[in-house]
Amino acid sequence: MAKGVFFVAECRDGALRKVSFELASTARKLADQLGDEVGAILCGSGVESLASELAKYGADKVFVVDNPALEPYTTGAHAQAVAQVVKDNSPSILLCAASAQGKDLSAALVGKLATGMATDCTDLRIENGRLVAVRPMYAGKCYGEVVISSDPQMASLRPNVFPVVECAKAGQVVKVDVALGELKTKVVEVIKDTGGKIDVTEANIVISGGRGMKGPENFAILEELAALLGAAVGASRAAVDAGWRPQSDQVGQTGKVVSPNLYIACGISGAIQHLAGMSSSKYIVAINKDPEAPIFQKADYGVVDDLFKVVPEMTKEVKKLLG
Amino acid sequence: MNIIACVKQVPDTEAQIKVKADGSGIDEGGIKWVMNPYDEFGVEEALRLKEKFGGEVTIVCLGPARAMETIRTALAMGADKGIHIDDPALYEADSYATAEALAAAIKGLPYDIIFCGQRAIDDDSGQVGSILAELLGIPVVTMVTKLEVEGNSAKATRPIEGAQLVISTSLPCVITATKGLNEPRYASLPGIMKAKKKPVDIKNAAALGVSGASKAKVVKFVPPPARPPGKIICADDTPEGKAAELVKLLREEAKVI
Ligand SMILES: Cc1cc2nc3c(=O)[nH]c(=O)nc-3n(C[C@H](O)[C@H](O)[C@H](O)COP(=O)(O)OP(=O)(O)OC[C@H]3O[C@@H](n4cnc5c(N)ncnc54)[C@H](O)[C@@H]3O)c2cc1C
Ligand SMILES: Nc1ncnc2c1ncn2[C@@H]1O[C@H](COP(=O)(O)O)[C@@H](O)[C@H]1O
Repeated sequence: MAKGVFFVAECRDGALRKVSFELASTARKLADQLGDEVGAILCGSGVESLASELAKYGADKVFVVDNPALEPYTTGAHAQAVAQVVKDNSPSILLCAASAQGKDLSAALVGKLATGMATDCTDLRIENGRLVAVRPMYAGKCYGEVVISSDPQMASLRPNVFPVVECAKAGQVVKVDVALGELKTKVVEVIKDTGGKIDVTEANIVISGGRGMKGPENFAILEELAALLGAAVGASRAAVDAGWRPQSDQVGQTGKVVSPNLYIACGISGAIQHLAGMSSSKYIVAINKDPEAPIFQKADYGVVDDLFKVVPEMTKEVKKLLG
Repeated sequence: MNIIACVKQVPDTEAQIKVKADGSGIDEGGIKWVMNPYDEFGVEEALRLKEKFGGEVTIVCLGPARAMETIRTALAMGADKGIHIDDPALYEADSYATAEALAAAIKGLPYDIIFCGQRAIDDDSGQVGSILAELLGIPVVTMVTKLEVEGNSAKATRPIEGAQLVISTSLPCVITATKGLNEPRYASLPGIMKAKKKPVDIKNAAALGVSGASKAKVVKFVPPPARPPGKIICADDTPEGKAAELVKLLREEAKVI
C-alpha cells in the first residue's frame, strides 16, 4: 500500500530555494495528520550536504540522487530520477513546487507515474485519509477542490502561500543511484536577467506599475521604493506591451501569478486579466487617480491620487521608518 | 515539416465565472468561447514554421460540438486540417485522460513538432503538453518564448526565475507556447472562407481506444474566498498625508513592511 508524504526539493546553484522549506513544512503537517513519514527527494550534483536543512523542516528521510547529469536541471533527467525514487518507495502523496522548474517537472512526472495532480494549490487538507487539494481555476475566478484516486496523489504548491515551520527530524540520508537513460534535451546557455533582481513570483513584496506610469523612465520611482523594501517590481501587460518593462515582469493571466504578502498596484486599472495574476496576494494596495478604477474593489488599502505624488512620499516615509 | 497544434476552447478571459449553486461545476450560460490564448501562440508558430520549411499543420482539439468553431478559427489562420475529438465520455477528462486521447489521435500521424499551450486558462493545469510528450516518448520543452529549428533539432528559450534558459532538443518534440513567442495573426476573410472547406475528422473515444477515466476530479467548485472590504485612505487629503497614513497602516495594521 502506498504510504508516506514525499516532496521534491528544489535547488539552484547549490542552494535550496525557499519553496523547498514550504514544501517540507506542508509535507510534515500532512504526514502528522496521516501518521506517516516525510520523504524529501533531492536531485542534483553535490547536493548531499543540503539534506540536513530539509531535516530541520520535518524530513524523516532524504533521498539523494547525486549525479553530474542532474546539473543544470533538465526535465528528462530529473523526471527519471524522481520517478525512480517514487516507484521504489510508493508514497501516497507527492508534492512539488509550482515554480517555473517545479511546474515543468511535476507535469512530466504525472506522465511518467500515470497519476493525477492538482496544480498550483493554495490549500491542502486530509479527509478520510486522502488528500483534498484546493486550487484556483479560471484565473482565480473560482476555486476547485480536487481529489485524486490514484497514487501518488500529486499536488504542486503555489510559492509564498504555505507557511514555513521548523520541526527538526532525523533526515536520514538515503543515497539512490539512478541509471539515467538517453537525454534528449540539454541546456546550452543560461542568460541571467540583468541586475540580479528578485523575481516577482518569489518576492514578499511586489510593486507593479501600469500604463499610468506614462513611460519606462518613471519606473525609477518604483525601483527606489522597491529597493528600500526588498521588493520586486512588476508590470501590467499594458506596460510590457509598450516595451517599458520586460516580459518576465508581467503579472496576470498571460504573465505570472504572484502571491506576495503585499502587492502595490500603481497606475493599474485592475482589468480582470491583471487581477488573475495577483488576487491571491495577502494585502493589496492600489494607487490610482481614478476613484472608479476596478482595482479598488480588490484593494485592502486604496489611495485615490496621483501616483507621481504619492509614491515618492511613501519612499520618504519608509526611509524615516527604517531610519 | 509536419506540425501538430493542440488547441482547446475556453471561456474568453473577460468571462464572468459563476459557480453552480450545488458546486458541481460552473454555469456556462452567457460565456463566449474562444481559442485558449496560449494555443494561439502555438498555432502561429506552427504556421510560421510551415511558411519557412513547407509541410502541413494539423489541429487537434478535444471538446464538445461548439469546439468546432475553434478548430475553424485555427484553419482560418492557415492550418491545413483538423481532428475533432468529440465524445461526452471525454468532456470531464482530467489532464492525463486528455493527453491519452490526444496521443491516440496523434500516434498514427507524421509529426516533427507538436505545439500545446503552456496552460489552458480554464483548468489552469499546465500538464497536458508534458504528459502527451511522455505518452509519445518524445522530449518536451515547456513555456517557450523563442524557437529556432535547424534540421533535426531545435533551440528553445524558456524563462525561469531570474534567467532565460536556452535548451536544445531533438525532434520530434512537444513545445508548450507562452506569451513572447510571437504575435498571433488574425484570420483573414479569405482565410475564413477557405477554412469552411478544409477537412476535419471527427473521432470518438471508441475509435481512439480510450476511456476518459480520470484520476484527478474536481469534487467541488467554490467561489473565490471573499476579501474583507478595503479602506480608502483619505488622511488630510494631501498626497503627503495619504502616503504617511498608508505606510503607517502597512506597518502597524497589516504588519507587512
Ligand atoms: C487574452 C488577454 C490576456 C491578457 N493578459 C494580461 C496580463 O497577463 N496582465 C495584464 O496586466 N493585463 C492583461 N491583459 C490586458 C488587460 O485587459 C488590460 O488591458 C491591462 O491590464 C491594462 O493595463 P493597465 O491597468 O496598466 O492600463 P489601463 O487599463 O490603461 O489603466 C491605467 C490606469 O492608470 C491610472 N493612472 C493614469 N495616470 C495616473 C497617475 N498619474 N496616477 C495614478 N493613476 C494613474 C488610470 O486611472 C488607469 O486606471 C490581457 C488581455 C487579454 C485580452
Ligand atoms: N481538450 C483539449 N483539446 C486540445 N488540446 C488541449 C486540450 N486540453 C489541453 N490541451 C492542450 O494542452 C495545453 C495545456 O492544457 P492544460 O494542461 O489543461 O492546462 C493547452 O494549451 C492545449 O494546447
